[in-house]
Amino acid sequence: MNFKYGRPSARLAALALALGLALAGGAQAQSTLRIGLAEDPDVLDPTLARTYVGRIVFASICDKLFDIDEKLNVVPQLALSQQVSPDGKAVTIKLRPGVKFHDGEPFDAEAAKFSLDRHLTMQGSFRRAEINQVDRVEVVDPLTIRLQLKSPFSPLIAQLTDRAGMMVSPKAAKAAGDKFGTAPVCAGPYKFVERVPQDRIVVERFKDYWDARRVTIERIVYRPIQDSTVRLANLKSGQLDLLERLLATDVDEVKKDSKLRLATGTELGYQGLTINVANGEKANNPLGKNAKVRQAFELALDRETINKVVFNGLQKVDNQWVPQASPFHMDKFPTPKRDLAKARTLIKESGVATPIAIDFMVPNNPESRAVAEVMQAMTAEAGFDLKIRVTEFATSLNEAEKGNFHLYFLAWSGRTDPDGNIFSFASCGGPLNYGKFCDKKVDELLTQARTATTFSVRKTLYEQAAAEILPRGGVIYLYHRTLLFAHSPKLAGFKVMPDGLIRVTDLKLQ
Amino acid sequence: MLKFLPRRLLQLVPTLFLVSVLIFGLQQLLPGDPALVMAGEERDPAVIEQIRRQYRLDQPLPMQYLHWIGNVLSGDLGESMRIKQPVSELITAKLPVTVQLATMAMVFALLIGIPAGILSAVKRGSAWDVGANVFALWGLSTPNFWLGIMLIFLFSVKLGWLPASGFVSPFEDWRQSLATTVMPAFVLGNAIAAVLMRHMRSAMLQAMGSDYVRTARAKGLVEKTVVLKHALRNALTPVITLGALEFGTLLSGAVLTEQVFSIPGFGKLIVDAVFNRDYAVVQGVVLVTATVYILLNLLADVLYVLVNPRLRD
Repeated sequence: MNFKYGRPSARLAALALALGLALAGGAQAQSTLRIGLAEDPDVLDPTLARTYVGRIVFASICDKLFDIDEKLNVVPQLALSQQVSPDGKAVTIKLRPGVKFHDGEPFDAEAAKFSLDRHLTMQGSFRRAEINQVDRVEVVDPLTIRLQLKSPFSPLIAQLTDRAGMMVSPKAAKAAGDKFGTAPVCAGPYKFVERVPQDRIVVERFKDYWDARRVTIERIVYRPIQDSTVRLANLKSGQLDLLERLLATDVDEVKKDSKLRLATGTELGYQGLTINVANGEKANNPLGKNAKVRQAFELALDRETINKVVFNGLQKVDNQWVPQASPFHMDKFPTPKRDLAKARTLIKESGVATPIAIDFMVPNNPESRAVAEVMQAMTAEAGFDLKIRVTEFATSLNEAEKGNFHLYFLAWSGRTDPDGNIFSFASCGGPLNYGKFCDKKVDELLTQARTATTFSVRKTLYEQAAAEILPRGGVIYLYHRTLLFAHSPKLAGFKVMPDGLIRVTDLKLQ
Repeated sequence: MLKFLPRRLLQLVPTLFLVSVLIFGLQQLLPGDPALVMAGEERDPAVIEQIRRQYRLDQPLPMQYLHWIGNVLSGDLGESMRIKQPVSELITAKLPVTVQLATMAMVFALLIGIPAGILSAVKRGSAWDVGANVFALWGLSTPNFWLGIMLIFLFSVKLGWLPASGFVSPFEDWRQSLATTVMPAFVLGNAIAAVLMRHMRSAMLQAMGSDYVRTARAKGLVEKTVVLKHALRNALTPVITLGALEFGTLLSGAVLTEQVFSIPGFGKLIVDAVFNRDYAVVQGVVLVTATVYILLNLLADVLYVLVNPRLRD
């Protein structure tokens, strides 16, 4: 044959080369901090928002009345101080003078009252439940508000260190209504610029910020990248400067890489096993009905080994709802060691026939599945037959609500005040009490711990509650996860806070 | 010449109605309560009730459907429960991204698949043929997400030539836009190129063995004219159908590839919406992609007529 088509392979190669050269030039100027998020946040309205990842973005745009420091102490932010009345039913809060919202409106007592009232009354507010002990908000003078409470409520100030304490510009909020979250106007160090759903959220430095000298980076771009391998690849290739929720299995890789830095902290929450003790038909199983079987199950577990096998020993094993660093952690109740002989004896005493089949609902992610499999092997030795049912997250919530499980592997992101980690889970009818554990004495103790105003009294009450909850309650606590961040060495001043949220003040790009 | 067009357009109406019922009905089979998913960790029963009322989740299904379809007919696709943005806005934002990615992928597929198919047919049994077949096998058997991650490691992490993920609009910065889409487009195009190559090859082989090609050669035409003007034109018909179908699939979102490269297109939108039980978004996106798919099929039929004169009557 004598025809010619040219040489397509050579042409393609030339084209690819030309394209590569044309594209190689576009580096970004480094006054922008690029943060990789594990998910796309939900609506950016502090009153309506619900996701953990959304709180990471709020940390740069919406300041709160109070904040926490690295040691979990409450520190002032938009407030200067607070004073609780002797009967515990009124809290007077002094506000910081000279603060402006991003639209130039002044932050004063009227604005603070507006924001709190909005949290309390707006349709669909997820904050109402957090601060519903507030009966009304009074303006005392232009820089002082007073919260009148229905009854004393000690977790109140801790609630104001999170979204319930975020202040929004009344003018912007009135104008935008329930669309406020598409362009939030608050009083944080950065102001909202744009959001492209599933792609990026861009904020820029607010020049009139009350603490402006601590803000040096011009812009922050939050980029949701769900796949953790890809998130890390973006950091390695320089498209990100900081990423959250690094996988435990990637820690060694980051440590070995001289161009990356690892930052860690311990979460406020926990990972645990919820037992169905009274939620519908399925509660009628030996684990749900018999405290001895439950104790045997816990003794069959070796938390340390789970931690070593699945997480390279990164997590902090524990048997309580607050992490070891919290002043409310109780040394009185050490984490039980594995004791197979005792577990077997307890099962024998309970008179239940083995193997004890257990329907174990596990959310669908690689780490949870691995933990479940290790537990399956461990508890089998004591006479349990864990039937792992891997369930997609949305489905698992529904199943948990309906009581369609014997055992449910659950994570809780944690709250600053211990009340946020226990009350909704262990009080009768608590909205997160999936196993429907209910005990009048525990209820009373937990309620008293909410209303008591001194630390020592609260701690004693929690200890009394724990003595009831830990041996026969509805949750077996396993460990507190280590918060894992990786960043480029160019980023200086990054500190991991107990709540895992990224504070953007004092950050520098070198 | 295109007499069938009005009839086909009319057929769109019942088809789309059926599609809308299917989308709505199938979605209800998903386990999980949207209000619970939306509430996440914040379990205030009063608020969950309020969400159910606000999004009519407490009403009977036929009522929910009628309400939805009524709004769709008046141009309102609803609002995302999760981020409170109108679905139509989300679709308008994502459609250009997906169209750009799909078009670039198609360009890759056509540029590689068609010449490779022709060449391996014309030079049957040669090294070209073997090479093209090996390429096709590789394209068909390489999972997109794996190829994507490998490309990211090579071109972004090791060589640092291309950004690892994300998307920039060509109107903002065309260089960056190309840089962000070239890898995902190649990954998507690569798999389609393999399919196109296989079809092109067999169609060409058939055409090259036919009488009219023999006649053309007997007339003394140069081989290039015989191949390109006579054989190729006839062999293209099945490839056009296939191309249109593949393009339609691309437009409905390349789920895994968009996920790996964090491209905010239709695929990512719909996957996130399904996991978050954001019904309005799922319904809106599927309805729009179904419409686009049907229209593309129609376009393929029109193209046949233009390419093949025998179909013109």
